[in-house]
Amino acid sequence: MNAPVPAPESVSLARRRFLIGAGALVVIAPAAAHAAGALKPGGASPAAKPALHPAELDSWIAVSPDGTVTAFFGKPDVGQGVDVAIAQIVAEELDVHVDKVAVVGGDTDLTCNQGGVSGSTGVQMGGRQMRLAAAEARRLLVEQAAVKLGVPVERLSVDGGVVSVVGDPAKRVTYAELVGSGYFHAKLEWNNQMGNGLIASGKAKPKTVDQYRLVGTSVPRRDIAGKIFGTFEYIADMKVPGMVYGRVIRPPVAGAVPASVDESSIAHIKGAKVVRKGDFIGLVTDSEWGTVQASRALKITWSDAKPPFFDDAGLYDYIRKTPAARSDMGKPVGDFDAAFATKGARTFAFEYEWPFQSHSSMAPACAIADVKADGVTLWHSSQKPHATSEGIAKLLGRPVATVRSVSVAGPGSYGRNDAGDAAADAAILSAAVGKPVRLQGGRADGHAWDPKGAASVHKARAAVVDGKIIAYEFMSKGFNRADVATAESNASDLLAGQLTGFEAPPAYGFGTPEEAYQIPNRRMGWEAIPTLLAKASPLRTSHLRDPLGPQLHFASEVFMDEVAFALGADPVDFRLRHLTDPRHREVIEAVAHAGRWAPGPAGTRQGDFADGLTGRGFAYSQRGDTIVAVIADVVVNQETGRVWPIGFYVAHDCGLIVNPQGLKQCIEGNVVHGASRACNEEVRFDAKNVTSVDWATYPILDIMEAPERIEVILINRPERPPSGAGEPSTRPIAAAISNAIFEATGKRMRRAPFTAARVKAAKSLV
Amino acid sequence: MAERMSLKVDGKVHAIEADPAKPLLYVLRDECGLNNPRFGCGLAQCGACTVQVDGKAIRSCVTPASSVQGMEITTIAGLGTPANPHPLQQAYLDQQVPQCGMCTNGFLMTGAALLKEIPRPDPHQIRGALSGLKCRCGTHLSIIRAILQASGQKAEWEGHGEGEEA
Repeated sequence: MNAPVPAPESVSLARRRFLIGAGALVVIAPAAAHAAGALKPGGASPAAKPALHPAELDSWIAVSPDGTVTAFFGKPDVGQGVDVAIAQIVAEELDVHVDKVAVVGGDTDLTCNQGGVSGSTGVQMGGRQMRLAAAEARRLLVEQAAVKLGVPVERLSVDGGVVSVVGDPAKRVTYAELVGSGYFHAKLEWNNQMGNGLIASGKAKPKTVDQYRLVGTSVPRRDIAGKIFGTFEYIADMKVPGMVYGRVIRPPVAGAVPASVDESSIAHIKGAKVVRKGDFIGLVTDSEWGTVQASRALKITWSDAKPPFFDDAGLYDYIRKTPAARSDMGKPVGDFDAAFATKGARTFAFEYEWPFQSHSSMAPACAIADVKADGVTLWHSSQKPHATSEGIAKLLGRPVATVRSVSVAGPGSYGRNDAGDAAADAAILSAAVGKPVRLQGGRADGHAWDPKGAASVHKARAAVVDGKIIAYEFMSKGFNRADVATAESNASDLLAGQLTGFEAPPAYGFGTPEEAYQIPNRRMGWEAIPTLLAKASPLRTSHLRDPLGPQLHFASEVFMDEVAFALGADPVDFRLRHLTDPRHREVIEAVAHAGRWAPGPAGTRQGDFADGLTGRGFAYSQRGDTIVAVIADVVVNQETGRVWPIGFYVAHDCGLIVNPQGLKQCIEGNVVHGASRACNEEVRFDAKNVTSVDWATYPILDIMEAPERIEVILINRPERPPSGAGEPSTRPIAAAISNAIFEATGKRMRRAPFTAARVKAAKSLV
Repeated sequence: MAERMSLKVDGKVHAIEADPAKPLLYVLRDECGLNNPRFGCGLAQCGACTVQVDGKAIRSCVTPASSVQGMEITTIAGLGTPANPHPLQQAYLDQQVPQCGMCTNGFLMTGAALLKEIPRPDPHQIRGALSGLKCRCGTHLSIIRAILQASGQKAEWEGHGEGEEA
């Protein structure tokens, strides 16, 4: 049995406040709880917590005798502070102080499967469920209070976890006094869905927006102090007794497999041991540094693999000429062909190109796996801990119920990065050496070997009559959007699985832009081509922040600008001509107003700056129900071609705002990340392998190039549910910057990223 | 071969045995039992491992431990405490800077070293001092705001709108 393992600070508060048995507050850390079976589903005495199940209220909310509340949230936070928004929502419904609410996020033994971090759904869908559960908890507590105080429920009010009689506040009882056995033992009506769509509700009606006191305020984050005073524990800081330190060795030529290994090459390093399973090769040693040294020293002879790639200069030709594995050319809407043939119509057609991009989180992923005969525990920073446990259970041939998967804070995560693969690699190593294994890769594991955002080519075509687009075609052809599923719930979706005999063809797909332009005749479609190497490819794709959004809307919103320019139209006005939805119009008008957008034709917004030309561009997009409009100001150095995205105005409507300060900082991060991807980021490769292996070979936006200002205009819509903010403002950034570069220089950047060399080499069209 | 070394970290002397070529980062983590200097790249490209040595910000992932014997090594935990924070730590709190937070050592320790050298740096000086450090979550503007605040300069948020807290 393990000794207690200190939980990371972000979650320890919550996890240490468990009520185990009647009325007793027991301080317990997750690993200890797990080892003791105290929190295991199904292990129950009558007074015990009911087994984890979406239809059990106790699976969502716990109230302790000291009045603290624990919310069990099926999605971890990956850096944007969604846990604070969840605490606000839960505290709001329960009428307790927000500081009394601890949020446990992403632990398969403690939280239901809410789909993990996924598609900007943290507040949107995850929060919806927590609101329903908290409201039901409040209803039941107030019912109990009514019995205890001998008054009808209607005469009670709650404040700070104290239920009192209206007009007679001396008559009161606290939640803490009401908890009784400590558990609700109450059923919810569950819609039988797991994942993002999970809904389990009781009889309670959640508060209406006009009753909100806490939702809509800027409650500060909880992790800041730990992070700045050096006490916050990340996954890389966790220690499990008896653990050894592992790493996986990747081949110099993608697709090569180990032919032979000279184990004596690392015999001098303490605890060094090589692990081979199928085509998987890794090692463990007794220390972090030992593992770094051993991974450098280990002599491996690799198979003579044929270089699977080509020089990346040929990337877009390759995409254009490669037959699609699957396509959906879209149904024409309206009288599509006839509209393009309209007499007197002006037609326009342009193409756009977007490269492979990497998550390249701040550190390569770290994970700990403890594979024992009677159960497996995984600690990792995967966004989707439930999927991780399923995939690794299949990888190890274990029942999924015996695999506990716990998300622990790690380097930021923007989709499916290398975190799930690290957990699987650690699991293989732990199974082989019979000890807990802490795995952390080198820098190249986070850059070269993470799943990539898909490279693509986009063709847009339009016919214009009387200043309006009457026919529009948008076709994309790109690498499959997800060679490995974004939820790593199958072994074949993990590198370790692919190297140990798990194979499954990917689900091929791509996508189309989401837009509200009223164009009567239209057609949108896509073709998806297969990855360049079917097994264990460093260019395998999966979801990267706003999957496909930046590339599709880069193309579609630069195209709108191109047409506006050709017509001599104002870029903002030209969009508005095609929009009727008042929300969309309002967001665009809000950014134009805040940015003091001067009406006038496209191509007239240039000026001089100290060391270059300035330009101002516009773009807008929606992502689901969230609408974002952006004005980008750039400075382009004429000598070098370097683009400085110096300022942004961002109008953002994501429905009801839960935490304005958190939302603004989330948007700022999206904008900078989006600008980095637009101006800097491109995964390079040659015939043998990915050559973007670190920050020198995969440059990102430097603070010298960071904007001077990002002015965020929040549009609060209390009448609409929150619709997500983790990704939508990434979407229009590349287009806004490209359009601004055109204004500054007359150069139309149709290929991302807009590197200095590329901008310098481009020809002005004006 | 391992050698005896003495390192002074956050005011505390650690007598340890380690390979003199072993990078300070790993000595701090393995031998000194500290967690807060972080591995990000091992190539001196990102700054996640930054500590101060005699007040200068250095990348501990490429600094041999033996080369800093007898010098004052300060980690982010030694810069200040919740009860007595460094002005930049206080500003980080007020500006709610970190997202994932893995970049904090780099920017905060380098920023603190800058403030010692230039008490009221302008934004250009701030950017120049921090150039090269990596932040993947895009918190760069918050970082600049925090340094401006810590040096007694105006660091107001430029946003506005209905969602603004009253």
